[in-house]
Amino acid sequence: MSDEILRRSPLHAVHLEFNAHMVPFAGWEMPVQYSSIVEEHKAVRSAVGVFDISHMGQFIVSGRGAEAFLNRALTNDLCRLSPGQGQYTLMLNEGGGVIDDLIAYRTSDREFFLVVNASKIAEDWAQLQSLLANEDEVQMANASSLTGGIAVQGPKSRALFKTVFGPDAVFPEHNTIFVAATEHGILWLCGTGYTGEEGFELFTPESRIEHWFRACVDAAKAEGGTVCGLGARDTLRLEMGYPLNGNDLSQLRSPLQAGLGFFVALDKEFFVGRDMLVKQKSEGIPDKLTAFRMVGTTPPPRPHYPVLWQGQQVAEIASGTQSPSLGCGIGMAYLPTEASKPGTAIEVEIRGRYFPAEVVKKPFYQKPRA
Amino acid sequence: MSQVPDNLRYRESHEWIDASQDAAPCGISDHAQAELTDIVFVELPKVGRVVKAGEQCAVVESVKAASDIYAPASGEIVEVNEVLHNDPGLVNRDPYLNGWMFKLKLASAAEVETLLTPDAYRGHIA
Repeated sequence: MSDEILRRSPLHAVHLEFNAHMVPFAGWEMPVQYSSIVEEHKAVRSAVGVFDISHMGQFIVSGRGAEAFLNRALTNDLCRLSPGQGQYTLMLNEGGGVIDDLIAYRTSDREFFLVVNASKIAEDWAQLQSLLANEDEVQMANASSLTGGIAVQGPKSRALFKTVFGPDAVFPEHNTIFVAATEHGILWLCGTGYTGEEGFELFTPESRIEHWFRACVDAAKAEGGTVCGLGARDTLRLEMGYPLNGNDLSQLRSPLQAGLGFFVALDKEFFVGRDMLVKQKSEGIPDKLTAFRMVGTTPPPRPHYPVLWQGQQVAEIASGTQSPSLGCGIGMAYLPTEASKPGTAIEVEIRGRYFPAEVVKKPFYQKPRA
Repeated sequence: MSQVPDNLRYRESHEWIDASQDAAPCGISDHAQAELTDIVFVELPKVGRVVKAGEQCAVVESVKAASDIYAPASGEIVEVNEVLHNDPGLVNRDPYLNGWMFKLKLASAAEVETLLTPDAYRGHIA
């Protein structure tokens, strides 16, 4: 890993200017934090945060057969989307294991915009290519290395949006997309995020990203928010129980095991991996991605720590951290189905000591009611 | 930038020791706490444990990662800062005074002389 050549975001110089602490992530050199993970996390929950997500990948899939083709490759049902709408979906292998989780937007009748994980761009692309036949009448373009991306998240996202795009600009509502042409180039504006807060993500050609990033950061500061690194992105998504591919999703486990059955349209006649899911649906699943919370004062649970149930090691932690909002350790692990009921007592082994934890429902964090 | 008090000695791994006292307080430097940020848990050694210089004897956990803390000198742990169990963030806020971690009864005063001087440590973190 150490001699791996890391890719740099088009915002690299800006991150250094903002005193970011840079770390390797998914083959990229990215900011983990600027000030503090906890401060950045809290800014997103209370105001607004701006993240560089230029590492993420984008594919454009178009043509007469685009919908049918993607419906074979992905678990959710694209027929449900009108132009301008998007959905969370999964790409599976033949055995029903997760290659990647992604968002698919329908930008027009015959065109889809996919946003995929940075670490899976090559694998996703190869999988789609392998499923593509000439008679599909589909064109695919991989825009990943041509674009930069920004996520804006938090209750002040709408205010920021107005500052940056003008009072008449239309905010992209949840799970919608529109493509805008501006004097600073083309923009894909998506009503999505990875924090549980209201917000949007934008993608634009690399050469234009710095303009938008600076504009968003300036507007965020005016709203009491800040620029945020991937450290806060991780604590925010885990408080919502959102999975991270590589930690919580893998080719060895299905979306049903990951608790993502809602995003699988088993009523479709075919998609890659469907057979295994149908089998699991009737026979049951051996284990399930389960949320747990540490009891009392403990070290933060971290990935790969052993998890014990009834005195036996039954799993390793998939994702774990100290929750800045709750002030306690939280995590997720693939526990045996019998051990996955809320209230079940488990233990986490940390440096040879056993600390109590309890299975809880997702999400860990719930917004205070307005 | 980060503070490096002149009355302390330092390890390259960012621990400090105040050898002017019989029970010498030890902790981590301002530079170290700033690098770690958001300290959420401190695991302290047992009182009575005898440690060698450079031996791992505590763990500091930030949101980001767990970091081992090493004894700056050989000796016996005679006291630990219990306050850190309930307020680990004290290490961030006050690394040199209230954020001390443990006190060492030194095996040899001469050993402390082999640690980095404040100037040498300033050079080390520059």
